Amino acid sequence: MTDATSPTPSASVPKKKGSLLVADERTKKRNTAEKRFQAYGIIAIGIGLLFLIVLLGSIIRNGIPAFTQAYITVPIELVEEKLDPNGNRDPADLRKVSTFGYAPLIQEGVLRAVQDAGIETELSSPGDMKALYSASAPAIVRSMVLDNPELIGTTIEVRLLGASRVDGYLKGRVTRESIARDKKIDAAHLDIVDQMVELGMAKRVFNWAFITGADASESRPEQAGIGVAMVGSFFMMLVVLALALPIGVAASIYLEEFAPQNWLTDLIEVNISNLAAVPSIVFGILGLAVFIQFAGLPQSAPLVGGLVLTLMTLPTVIISTRASLKAVPPSIREAALGVGASKMQTVFHHVLPLAAPGILTGTIIGLAQALGETAPLLLIGMVGFIATNYPDGIAAGFLSPNSAMPAQIYEWSKRADPAYYERAWGGIIVLLLFLMTMNIIAIILRRRFERRW
Amino acid sequence: MDDLRIIERTTGMNDIKVSARKVQVYYGDNHAIKDVDVDIEDKTVTAFIGPSGCGKSTFLRCINRMNDTIDVARIEGEITLDNENIYDPKVDPVQLRAKVGMVFQKPNPFPKSIYDNIAYGPRIHGLAANKAELDEIVERSLRRGAIWDEVKDRLHAPGTGLSGGQQQRLCIARAVATEPEVLLMDEPCSALDPIATAQVEELIDELRQNYSVVIVTHSMQQAARVSQKTAFFHLGNLVEYGETGQIFTNPSDPRTESYITGRIG
Ligand SMILES: Nc1ncnc2c1ncn2[C@@H]1O[C@H](COP(=O)(O)OP(=O)(O)OP(=O)(O)O)[C@@H](O)[C@H]1O
Ligand SMILES: [Mg+2]
Repeated sequence: MTDATSPTPSASVPKKKGSLLVADERTKKRNTAEKRFQAYGIIAIGIGLLFLIVLLGSIIRNGIPAFTQAYITVPIELVEEKLDPNGNRDPADLRKVSTFGYAPLIQEGVLRAVQDAGIETELSSPGDMKALYSASAPAIVRSMVLDNPELIGTTIEVRLLGASRVDGYLKGRVTRESIARDKKIDAAHLDIVDQMVELGMAKRVFNWAFITGADASESRPEQAGIGVAMVGSFFMMLVVLALALPIGVAASIYLEEFAPQNWLTDLIEVNISNLAAVPSIVFGILGLAVFIQFAGLPQSAPLVGGLVLTLMTLPTVIISTRASLKAVPPSIREAALGVGASKMQTVFHHVLPLAAPGILTGTIIGLAQALGETAPLLLIGMVGFIATNYPDGIAAGFLSPNSAMPAQIYEWSKRADPAYYERAWGGIIVLLLFLMTMNIIAIILRRRFERRW
Repeated sequence: MDDLRIIERTTGMNDIKVSARKVQVYYGDNHAIKDVDVDIEDKTVTAFIGPSGCGKSTFLRCINRMNDTIDVARIEGEITLDNENIYDPKVDPVQLRAKVGMVFQKPNPFPKSIYDNIAYGPRIHGLAANKAELDEIVERSLRRGAIWDEVKDRLHAPGTGLSGGQQQRLCIARAVATEPEVLLMDEPCSALDPIATAQVEELIDELRQNYSVVIVTHSMQQAARVSQKTAFFHLGNLVEYGETGQIFTNPSDPRTESYITGRIG
């Protein structure tokens, strides 16, 4: 039908549109606008991915070396006259011999091993050998002997932690050029190391001690591990989970489902949103003032850390819980009320199960945030504390001083020895693995609970 | 007034189940229901008709205090159920809603199995002593909802997996499972095909044996088919209330006449 054949041609008859096979001006414009927008999106994603790859790449490149460690295996003669002059293996007497008693034995043992293996070197005094292995060696050998006094008088094969310079040399971090002005090690030592590697006496192996061990002093990076800090983080997370989840969910349910809409609840709502934006260090100060100075809880304890992180996590949990409660369609509430369910039955039988996946995801995201938080821990003294041992027992786990993974990483990154820098990156890998595990758990829980019919 | 005369004429045939006096509903400043007086009889189907936004749903929701859940809603006046004021401070709305069931305009089954949808009400009200009794209630309710034959083989399938019309009948079955005395239905057939509509209308007619049914509908034919009494609402006022036949053949108010003949609405 055209205008010409139309029986009553009038102004209101629409103009004939063009062919569908040719895009008109407006359509073309809209299509190019859409393409342009898509291009922006792809560029944005590309930039994001690039950053991610660079970040992950540098973390892995810098952190992976922390997971291996150089060890030197040498026979050490445990001379009886030095370690047990009385010869009666009395534990009390054995204890009297300090690590200073063991140090010469190890030095001599290493020197003899070097000479026996036919390693050519101009270094000939036992004291020169100290640069090869960790300063922790005497203590380690001593505790072996105290555990098993039968060893005294025999010669045992001991796997000594390589010194951090030796370790770095095997990993390529330390080079002959870089040690030119290093007082701790000489090129002569590196010659020994080269030959030891050839002979199989020095080896780089997977470093379990890094994952399970405790922090060590500034001068012994080769001995430092993140294990104890991990335990500290674990106990803090227990506190956060046990407090933030029930408090947060109860508060949200009350605010969302029961509280009357008035200025007071509005005020509370605004303040919860504000709290979510408060810098975490403020929570740290609060924790210091309230939990440690006022309530008298112990410093540096995971319990206090957990309480502070709970304060920090609560707004996140409340906001995400309220959002997931809000997302439950009101028709479900009406349906339940309509058959005569009470408000509480409505919430617990119908609303909460539907909101559960969202609540769990929010909580785990809050926990993950708390796990990675460092600033508040600075203020309650969980940074810089060197926990040399695992806490003995659950109570000690909560109450005895400890550190946390991010605080430990921060602490290592401050230390001068480049070996610590490497460990900081390694610690970041461990922390990221934890966070990833938590996020995977969140996804699995979400899938499992999300049987929305 | 003419409509008052009609009310007088028709009362006495059945007992008055629900009675409203000078009911006002405000949503904030919006005066949604103005001065509504109505007597709803027992064992009768009462239809509420009127143009969109005139307050039919609002008034219906007053009868089981569903408006309590809306913060801005404010209700004045008196509504009695069996001569007891349901807005008395002593009345627990939860108890009231067990007596006054409701079917909503949009089907809203619980995201649970068909069986659990029906069993939920009886469970929370303790209507069944054991599993066998509960099974019986579920079957009876589904039969009354005219949906038993369609779902008897998949009682443990999700209720939300049914078609829209089946869901609505499931919701009706759910509402009757708690044995209410009054059943409020807000446009129960708006999502249904003519066959399902006919089934629901049949059901409503059956329910009349035991209950007082109040149904909101936009379909004049439906109101004429299922109801004995009809109330016409306009702009928040109850304009006319009386025998359905009388309202449709011989309305006394010009507004009613224009509405049912299709001139307003
Ligand atoms: N929850 C609410 N909050 C505020 N105002 C409301 C609310 N519900 C209804 N109203 C108002 O009350 C008036 C009556 O609404 P109601 O839903 O009762 O109309 P209705 O007759 O059921 O219409 P329809 O036939 O379209 O369902 C309308 O003006 C509406 O805007
Ligand atoms: Mg309505």
